[in-house]
Amino acid sequence: MAERTFKIHRFNPEKDEKPYFQEYRFEVESGWSILDSLNHIKWNIDSSLNFRRSCRSGICGSCAMRVNGENALACETQVKNVKGSKIKIEPLPGLAVMRDLVVDMEPFFEGLKKVMPYFVTKDSPPDKEWLQSPEDRKKLDEPIKCILCACCTASCPSFWFDDKYVGPAALVKSYRFVFDSRDQAREERLDIVNDREGLWRCHTIFNCVEACPKDINCTQAIAELKKATVFSTV
Amino acid sequence: MQQTYEQHFYDVVIVGSGLAGQRAALEVAPFARTAVISKVYPTRSHSGAAQGGIAAALGNVDEDTWQQHHFDTVKGSDYLADQDAAEIMVRDAAQVVIELEHMGTPFSRLPDGRIAQRNFGGHKYKRACYSADLTGHVMLHTLYEQCLKYGTKFYNEFFVTRLFMKEGRCIGLSAVNLADGKLHSFFAKAVLIATGGGGRAFSITATAHATTGDGFALAYRAGIPLEDMEFMQFHPTGLYKLGILVTEGARGEGGYLINGKGERFMEKYAPGMMELAPRDITSRSEQTEINEGRGIDGKDYIYLDLRHLGKEKILERLPQIHDLVFKSLGVDCIKEPIPIQPTAHYTMGGIPANLDGQVTIDSENTIVPGLFSAGETSCISVHGANRLGCNSLLDAVCFGRRAGKAMAKYITGASMPDIDEEQIKVSVKELDEFKSRKGEEKVASLREQLQKGMMVRCGIFRDSEKLSAQLADIRKLRGRFQNIGLEDSTSNYNFELMEALECSWLFDFSEAMVLGALKREESRGAHSRTDFPKRDDEKFLKHTLIYKTDGEPRVEYKPVVITAFQPQERKY
Repeated sequence: MAERTFKIHRFNPEKDEKPYFQEYRFEVESGWSILDSLNHIKWNIDSSLNFRRSCRSGICGSCAMRVNGENALACETQVKNVKGSKIKIEPLPGLAVMRDLVVDMEPFFEGLKKVMPYFVTKDSPPDKEWLQSPEDRKKLDEPIKCILCACCTASCPSFWFDDKYVGPAALVKSYRFVFDSRDQAREERLDIVNDREGLWRCHTIFNCVEACPKDINCTQAIAELKKATVFSTV
Repeated sequence: MQQTYEQHFYDVVIVGSGLAGQRAALEVAPFARTAVISKVYPTRSHSGAAQGGIAAALGNVDEDTWQQHHFDTVKGSDYLADQDAAEIMVRDAAQVVIELEHMGTPFSRLPDGRIAQRNFGGHKYKRACYSADLTGHVMLHTLYEQCLKYGTKFYNEFFVTRLFMKEGRCIGLSAVNLADGKLHSFFAKAVLIATGGGGRAFSITATAHATTGDGFALAYRAGIPLEDMEFMQFHPTGLYKLGILVTEGARGEGGYLINGKGERFMEKYAPGMMELAPRDITSRSEQTEINEGRGIDGKDYIYLDLRHLGKEKILERLPQIHDLVFKSLGVDCIKEPIPIQPTAHYTMGGIPANLDGQVTIDSENTIVPGLFSAGETSCISVHGANRLGCNSLLDAVCFGRRAGKAMAKYITGASMPDIDEEQIKVSVKELDEFKSRKGEEKVASLREQLQKGMMVRCGIFRDSEKLSAQLADIRKLRGRFQNIGLEDSTSNYNFELMEALECSWLFDFSEAMVLGALKREESRGAHSRTDFPKRDDEKFLKHTLIYKTDGEPRVEYKPVVITAFQPQERKY
């Protein structure tokens, strides 16, 4: 048990003219995550505080937010690992704030929709499964871990300044299909991301890599896609 | 006052965007105007938290047959599953998995390129098709991708408040748009309820905050009975105090369960299957060890030990578990055992439905026109008194698919319902009354009391005294709930209101569960009565149906369908 101070971004457009920070100080039980602490506030101190949450186990992607300046999942961030006298909690940057810690996810999902985010085959499928070697399947280990939490895209300065840019999460999705040995739309996919608002808006800033709670190397995936584009057009 | 509302008209409205809902959408959307309503974004649905696998007798690793899968499922159910439904599910299984693969699901592979399969509790052969320990996640994302491909209409972050019933037929529903608090009404020829389970009725649960029994309560309030609600699955491996799930795949890969004396205690309870005994038996064994003082340091937990599997196997087959355990408890499962306890996991019972997902209302299986259900919310009854691991993902996609097909057919012969202003008025009034409650009681406190009571009195071991006390308590808490006070009167993203509505669902869910448990004076599958420790086929080889009434809920029963396997004593 230790007392900690949480400095939390508040904004309700129905009644506030502008955003402000509100502080809450209370005893944090050992083992509590940031999400446990936010729930404690909502259930015991101030029920008007709003944030998205669901699974508590880092798989649904609902509780992405900014904790002491870093994008993270609240449920996977242990309070004891967050340093500083105050824990500052803000909504994800680069997306419009709808209320408190809730952001508008639509631009994020719109970006995803642009990259043909689904499996395509042209040959008629076999009676049984498409075969795929364990080595080929291994290439998908990283990108299929993506939970669409938007930590990466919301950390990307290129996305902050140009919301037409599809963003790293969408490019990881593209990578997931381009490098799937079973998929048969590689050329179309590369053609879509080979665009100013696609691959070439990435300036290898690496924020996305640091932000990803699933340890996906987004920048590497984007680099591989860039390489694939260059070679496919030569 | 709720002044504004919008109206929508669809052939089909699907409530819930997990595996069952999205699989149904894929099947019906090409033929019908279809909307999927979900209180979360589709990829946030709790199906995504399923880790271990989906069962299908592909025979890729072991020689296997659907007949063996059928037997394992029926035996696992302690003979309460309807055997015709279980047969349909296991016969569809291979086709369902192959279709998922053709949609792009990235299953783990064998050296020859076919889908890999591993052991799972209660299954005789290696039958679990998996993608590392992210099976539900990759399936959910694959279905979402396919829904995007076909332009499925999603209403994300819409919270359903009421089903519209007219002359015994379901004609639509009302839902609040959480973004702005506006009430919408949807009229449809067919409505599918696929909202998942109700694990949030318990204080230690593996389930998401969103798993609040919504669909059960929506149906129950609309006059539909709930079937076999007393059967709640407690998963053997929840992280200590948190309840967060560690997949059964961890034991499928060879993990041990160890008590405070360092023993693999499953030897005493299920020498044939050891740690891979079905979940009811394994959880009960753990709880017995704990209750008899053989927890770790005499406390209320035991260990799941993976250390002997080695770093390579853990990181290859169970990468998410390794990460999750470390992030949640600070335990490195390559070097240390994982403290675990049983955790509320899966609702075997639910909305009674036939083989096509059509909701039925009585022991004669009379159909409710316009209403369908699939997935965990439904009780088709393929799991009976205890579900086997990997059969839930199968149930969700198998019957989601069947319900989708059935709805596509159903709507061709059904008329579009007229707008029913009366229904809309009732929904508006109901929500306004709810929002205007300015009493003293706090939702969070009432919910916590409910959850703790359910855990202690309606958990793994039950008896008449505990269940009666819990039933009385639920009624008291529900009474106090009338006097809640909501502090937030704004309408955008008002999750205080959402949590209050969810809490009201949980009272209905819990009442049906406790009453069913009290009336079932026997022990079967996940339902263990210390005052009636034996299975009693003569009296209770039947399904419970619980109906909401103005007073005491009404309890009826319906027969179990037995085709291939006569009930036997269940030993592992």
